[in-house]
Amino acid sequence: MFDDLSNKLESTLKKIRGQGKLTEKNISDTLREIRRVLLDADVNYKVTKDFIEEVTKKALGAEVINSITPGQLITKIIYDELTVLLGSNNSELKINGSGPTIILMVGLQGSGKTTFSAKLAKHLNSRGRKVLLAAADIYRPAAIDQLKTLGEQIKTPVFSLDVKDARKISVDSIAYAKENGLDTVIIDTAGRLHVDQELMDEVGDIKKLVNPTEILFVVDSMTGQDAVNSAKAFNEKVDYDGIVLTKMDGDSRGGCALSIRSVVGKPIKFLSAGEKLDSIDVFYPDRLASRILGKGDIISLVEKAQEQFDESETEDLEEKIRKNKFDFDDFLKQIKMIKKMGSLSSLLSMIPGVNSAMKNAKVDDNALVKVEAIINSMTKQERTTPKILNGGRRKRIARGSGTSIQDVNRLIKQFGDMQKMMGQLSGKMLKNPNFNPNTIKFN
Amino acid sequence: MNLFKNLNFDKLKEGLNKTRDKIVNKITEVVTGKAVIDEATLDEIEEILLSSDIGYDTTEKILEEARKRLKSEKDRSDVNLIEIIKSELSSTLTASTKDINSEIEKNKPYVILVVGINGAGKTTTIGKLANNFKQAGYKVIVGAADTFRAAANEQLEVWAKRADVQIVEKGTNTDPSSVAFETVNQAIKDNADVVLIDTAGRLHNKTNLMDELNKIKRVINKLLPHAPNDTFLVLDGNNGQNAIIQAEEFAKVTDISGLIITKLDGTAKGGVIFQISSKMQIPVKYIGVGEGITDLQDFDPSMFVSALFEK
Repeated sequence: MFDDLSNKLESTLKKIRGQGKLTEKNISDTLREIRRVLLDADVNYKVTKDFIEEVTKKALGAEVINSITPGQLITKIIYDELTVLLGSNNSELKINGSGPTIILMVGLQGSGKTTFSAKLAKHLNSRGRKVLLAAADIYRPAAIDQLKTLGEQIKTPVFSLDVKDARKISVDSIAYAKENGLDTVIIDTAGRLHVDQELMDEVGDIKKLVNPTEILFVVDSMTGQDAVNSAKAFNEKVDYDGIVLTKMDGDSRGGCALSIRSVVGKPIKFLSAGEKLDSIDVFYPDRLASRILGKGDIISLVEKAQEQFDESETEDLEEKIRKNKFDFDDFLKQIKMIKKMGSLSSLLSMIPGVNSAMKNAKVDDNALVKVEAIINSMTKQERTTPKILNGGRRKRIARGSGTSIQDVNRLIKQFGDMQKMMGQLSGKMLKNPNFNPNTIKFN
Repeated sequence: MNLFKNLNFDKLKEGLNKTRDKIVNKITEVVTGKAVIDEATLDEIEEILLSSDIGYDTTEKILEEARKRLKSEKDRSDVNLIEIIKSELSSTLTASTKDINSEIEKNKPYVILVVGINGAGKTTTIGKLANNFKQAGYKVIVGAADTFRAAANEQLEVWAKRADVQIVEKGTNTDPSSVAFETVNQAIKDNADVVLIDTAGRLHNKTNLMDELNKIKRVINKLLPHAPNDTFLVLDGNNGQNAIIQAEEFAKVTDISGLIITKLDGTAKGGVIFQISSKMQIPVKYIGVGEGITDLQDFDPSMFVSALFEK
């Protein structure tokens, strides 16, 4: 099994020059398909067009490496560009050094502002901030009650006034925070349509009056083509600092994120998934890119892995691969983790491209049992320094594991090959400036 | 006693004004001044349809039909092209055949279950529906079966007060099907005509929550064999292609008898209506065009398309 696997990997890694370049002609079918995929994912029509044109312009003439088609190459380039565009270095929440940090939430009705306000409050509380929630939605019936109930659940004070004046509530909440030693105020405003001049003026006024440290535009990830219009209108009015994508636990492809990023250029700061107030999701640009493109089931693979992998163990392993110190103990750990995740063949089938690349490679799940048995029969020293595995030791291991000496020899040879390959891989990764270890890190 | 005959056509047109501006005026702009309709023109029309959330497949279908018909058409004027697109759009909408007034007379109390994802506008819609039924002379009871979201009860209470109808509630975190049961029970006791049951917002990919809907339905049905008489799915007009999946998934656990599209008073074009209606053969019943209690309009497919194309 490892022979086949390593052959495939090696031939993919080996770049053979002169295999042709990307031309408009050899990628036109793929581009049409990608256009359709983006439109189905709710990426705005114009954004889709511009994005594909721009990426293609840059990519034309790129060399096509052996073993992949021009279509596959352009798909990969698009995926990478999408990841870059969605990601941003500027995604940290700004904190005010002097005086309270004021966070203003804005957005359309039903986008999830109130729920997210509570989540963010809890998130900041757990980081030592003293948060005040301000209930400035004076229009929706019981919106203030909703925030109060959520505040109780997360033990966070909620400021409200019995007046129909969102401006006054906002201003007074800051004074209240100062008086009571609270260092963060999250102002939950009413949902409003971007064409409602009166209400847009109200939110513009609140901005001027309280001078927020951070303004977040909260948007439903299921939003369609019109996302560009509302995002633009809100941006023109309050010039927000970041975007919050909500309802990410649904199955929408979230293409509006690309639309909004493209038209307003503001970073995506948070993802909100689910109604539980416990967690705010970290935003991974690569995962959102996969989701928009609907590439394979790579997301579920990552999620499955996340459940099983222990972060420190993985980091440790990464370090070892990088330093080429991967030994039989690590190998055994890997096997155990893989087994926790289900069968190897089902796991491989989830990775995009692997299905076609691995058509002829037979993955025998039972092979793992044998490998495990052999490693288990090794001494501690043999596992960390395989060099000492001489004939006598190999015979003992074969007997102990109920396998043959040939099995043991094969495993040791394959392990040696694998170590070499990993050395090459990590070398390549480190040389590639675009390689970001975070994109493969599980946590 | 006729429901929704208080329909304000101007309001509907007002709500759809932007939609119409976007779709029709742009199409007219594209077509005028060109004697022969070429591929470039159709491409521009494609852009207009796609950016209205009509969706790739439906857009392609409509354009293909338009191309076919244009080939044999002598008259390639803008007026005629719009007529062609208009008839293609109309033919994708499923008409509602049910007369709700006579249905209510036959099945009292007439039970309507309102479902949808979080933030679609269910509670607001219930408030408007309650008002409409009440204004039409019916005795209405609303049931607060959204026992999950903080203060959902209080929100519905305010709407019940505004519409001047009775409300049944049991408080947060109680079993929603027991609230539904009690509401219908109360309606039977009080000889109410119409029962509106608000449910918690749930994402359609959460199996356990979707099962809960099924339970609510079963409980109601046990008490009243003809109920629920209608299950309305509320869709946010701002939503894109995911609304189709929502409709499909909700239809799997409850029989969706009608759609209500909300928030059409913004710039969102609600083109998703065409797709869902054609894919699933479910009629659109009402559209929401504002936050006022009267901002719910009867949806008439031919009127909707006419309003789109009116200059």
